[in-house]
Amino acid sequence: MVEPLALKDHTWESRIFFSRIVVCFGVLVILMLLLVARFFYLQILQHDIYATLSDKNRIQIQPLAPVRGLIYDRNGELLADNIPSFNLTIAPERVADLDQTLAHLGSILSLTEEDILGFKSRVKRRKPPFDSVPLLFKLTTQEIAQFSVDRHLLPGVGVEAKLVRHYPRGELMVHAVGSVRRINESDAKRLDSVAYSGTDYVGKIGVEKFYEQDLLGRVGYQQVEIDARGKVMKVLESNLPSRGKDLILHVDSSLQAVASEALGDRRGTVVAIEPKTGGILALVSKPGYDPNLFVTGIGHKTYALLRDSKDVPLFNRALQGQYEPGSTLKPIIALAGLVTGVTNADYTIDDPGWFRLPNSKRLYRDWNWHASGTGGHGSVNLEKAIYRSCNIYFYDLAVKMGIDRLDDYLALFGFGVNTVLDLPEARSGLLPTRKWKQETRGLAWYPGDTVNIGVGQGDMLVTPLQLATAVTVIANRGEWVSPRMLKSGSDLIDQSTVRKLDSIALIPDPVWDVVIGAMEKVVHRGNQGYGENGTAWAYIGQDIEYRMAGKSGTAQVVGIKQGEEYDAEELDERQRKHAWFVAFAPVDNPTIALAVLVENGGGGSEFAAPVARAVLDHHLLKKTGNSGRVMASEGAAL
Amino acid sequence: MSQDFVRQLPGTGLKIQRKAGLGNALHLDVPMLLLLLIISAYGLVILYSAVGQQIEPVISQGIKVLVGLSAMVVIAQISPVVYMRLAPWIFLIGLIALVLIYFFGVEVKGSRRWLRIPGIVTFQPSEIMKLMLPLILAWYFHDRHLPPKARHVFWSLMLIFVPVMLIAFQPDLGTSLIIAASGLFVLLLAGVSWRLVLMAIGLGVSAAPALWFVLRDYQKQRILTLLDPERDPLGAGWNIIQSKTAIGSGGLFGKGLFEGTQSNLGFLPESQTDFIVAVLAEELGLAGVVVLLILYLLLIGRGVILSVQAQDTFGRLLSGSITFTFFVYVFVNMGMVSGILPVVGVPLPFVSYGGTSILTLFLGFGILMSVHTHRRITL
Repeated sequence: MVEPLALKDHTWESRIFFSRIVVCFGVLVILMLLLVARFFYLQILQHDIYATLSDKNRIQIQPLAPVRGLIYDRNGELLADNIPSFNLTIAPERVADLDQTLAHLGSILSLTEEDILGFKSRVKRRKPPFDSVPLLFKLTTQEIAQFSVDRHLLPGVGVEAKLVRHYPRGELMVHAVGSVRRINESDAKRLDSVAYSGTDYVGKIGVEKFYEQDLLGRVGYQQVEIDARGKVMKVLESNLPSRGKDLILHVDSSLQAVASEALGDRRGTVVAIEPKTGGILALVSKPGYDPNLFVTGIGHKTYALLRDSKDVPLFNRALQGQYEPGSTLKPIIALAGLVTGVTNADYTIDDPGWFRLPNSKRLYRDWNWHASGTGGHGSVNLEKAIYRSCNIYFYDLAVKMGIDRLDDYLALFGFGVNTVLDLPEARSGLLPTRKWKQETRGLAWYPGDTVNIGVGQGDMLVTPLQLATAVTVIANRGEWVSPRMLKSGSDLIDQSTVRKLDSIALIPDPVWDVVIGAMEKVVHRGNQGYGENGTAWAYIGQDIEYRMAGKSGTAQVVGIKQGEEYDAEELDERQRKHAWFVAFAPVDNPTIALAVLVENGGGGSEFAAPVARAVLDHHLLKKTGNSGRVMASEGAAL
Repeated sequence: MSQDFVRQLPGTGLKIQRKAGLGNALHLDVPMLLLLLIISAYGLVILYSAVGQQIEPVISQGIKVLVGLSAMVVIAQISPVVYMRLAPWIFLIGLIALVLIYFFGVEVKGSRRWLRIPGIVTFQPSEIMKLMLPLILAWYFHDRHLPPKARHVFWSLMLIFVPVMLIAFQPDLGTSLIIAASGLFVLLLAGVSWRLVLMAIGLGVSAAPALWFVLRDYQKQRILTLLDPERDPLGAGWNIIQSKTAIGSGGLFGKGLFEGTQSNLGFLPESQTDFIVAVLAEELGLAGVVVLLILYLLLIGRGVILSVQAQDTFGRLLSGSITFTFFVYVFVNMGMVSGILPVVGVPLPFVSYGGTSILTLFLGFGILMSVHTHRRITL
């Protein structure tokens, strides 16, 4: 033992100290055990919970967008492509002050109010947090460079490359191919969220819409490890997407270009069909618009301009426009008359220029009738009634047949129904019947209604596609094929689909010969003197190198009062008649049938027939050449 | 036990023996030195993982460890008598430095903790105060009768109060609490009556609600976050949720060294500094944590032994306080990271990245060794 050295009681002090240090050490050990217990609790008892949380933190399932299928025309020309586009994106969570960031971006890039509104609505719709939302699309390299300079000042803003739909032919093919649009809120509700999880676009119109499920492809996914900033560190597992199916359409871009050029600046449409297959060779509706504008989300102003234009460029006239068929209906009425025996090839009438129902004062005029009392076609048989487009013959024939029999036959040619297989916007026109009139107007069918149907007027409405389809049936001598865009690449439509229309097929060849022969004369009967040539001969028939069967027509836009004369000069341009021309060629083995409509064009033979001629010339004579544009201007000049 | 030499203490006539061995010759305690080296090495490995397997920060930290070790060796050479004599002056300088901070301090992130003597050194006076306060209190009690009388307790509390308040208002709540603890340990070891201790605890608990109104908003936030981290998972709660996730997902043996996803992928904030134990827990699991705790416990145990073996009041109080304060670091840090204490900025000793705290720690253990190896009497 140590003896005390000083006054202090060292032994006592050491003892106090020792007891204190023991207590403190005891508490310390307890606290350390508390720590161990805490870590035991977290690491052993709650391990599963935290292991899951940790995986949730680091592992993310990311969708891999499939590449949308391409669309080609029949010659292998690309109609719908996917091209990389550089978008400016913002991850709002990583931006401290969004308004300030937008203002900064506005100072280096051209950023419109519309861009910002569009961006904000996309922010509301996006799925996972920390996801980047596009603000500007299709940045140019210069814009990317400008942004890069200030990039370090703009956290959360980046440039991403994405494949976007591109339509190389732009406006030319828009009404034939349709287009995709950016998925909007209502689409998002309708679409399968898994299948579209990596995709920003959906087919909204036309072929792009109809074959959506084939074009889309199957979404893939990858399980990735991400860091706290959402950056992908490594891919743990991936299931690659499978790309959408490529489609080949019947459409022929060069023919489409010819048709478009031939229409020029006029509003109108051309629908051409390959009779053997029903494949649509050309589907032009003018004016059109550039579908590429819609792909990344069109600005409100640009959209309003298109939507409100008097020329309705967004409207697909070929499928949705419903017009009176006018005299183009006459060959079909003639067929019906011949088959039912109501008339025959030799039966003639005397045409004074007007027709009157028994016990009625109302005059139904011929197209060459004049208020002076002259007009009419003299002695007219069925053939002349077609190549001279005599109304009186058909008024008489229609009344004799009666509406019910007429309806039966018109229905066989596809009027009043939608027969196209893969164009979802197509409308079905209107084939008026007794029942229809009773239901919609509460009125009985009058004989006068039948008179109008005889020349394709009155209540009857057809779309240009329907008329082209009916002409195709004539070209095929009664064998039906449903019109279609798709040549190959999808099983969504049954390619062998042909409507069985036995009663048409039963029409004997001599009957077809009469009607088709008459249609041929519309184009080829010339040098016969005044009032004896085919209606279209002067315009298209004089130097033609092949045999074409055609029929002109005009559709009235405003009613002409009793006793008044139609005078194009006096009418406002938009109240003029629509010019129709339907045709197929070559007559003995048709490879193309078409319908042309020039809105407010005037007479069908004069204004629509040259367009038809240009299209047929290109199809039949210059199949291989790339001289579509040259041909088109020649055609337009005719 | 062999005796290498025996010498006479002048004037006392008592036979004094010095302990044998290289350690004593160098004034080092070999078990403690070994433990410090092991813990530092362990810490460097964890740091290497926490910084994403970069070698530069580890080298930089290794240099700090070496500097700290050297400083410890130097400190250990100096006799505790010197420290005792200098104590009041050193303390006074420390206090002045703390006051000067309010006039010339360098402001970082809204608090003034650093003092810069232009061209010479930038330092953190509060860090030095961690040793100054036990020193001055041990000095204060060394020639007084223990257990201390009430007025001595009062004056010693004042000695604690002044620097603690100066630091608390920098503001640096974490450091001020540690310093308060280091001072209070001296009082506790000096034998303040348990009644007083209990009364103080009672007073503290009942004053806690009042304290609420003194706390700053961010401090309140931290306490609320402790109670319910989910109330703001991406903001204040983020740190604690992510550290608990890192710890919990580690399991018994962890995800493997360098395989921690929470830390390597950046989910765990402050993973190199205050939250580094979460990296350890994630990668080496409970096993790795327990190993670290055992190493700490051995170090503390050795410190306790040295304290008990100290031959005078000064040495005992100083050594004891330094040893237990060391534990406060460990407990506050690990308690905070594992979500049982509010978030206060306290590094994990010898593991967290950073130079200041590691230097202070080594200096503290240097003092312990000095006290132990400059003994006048063998037991």
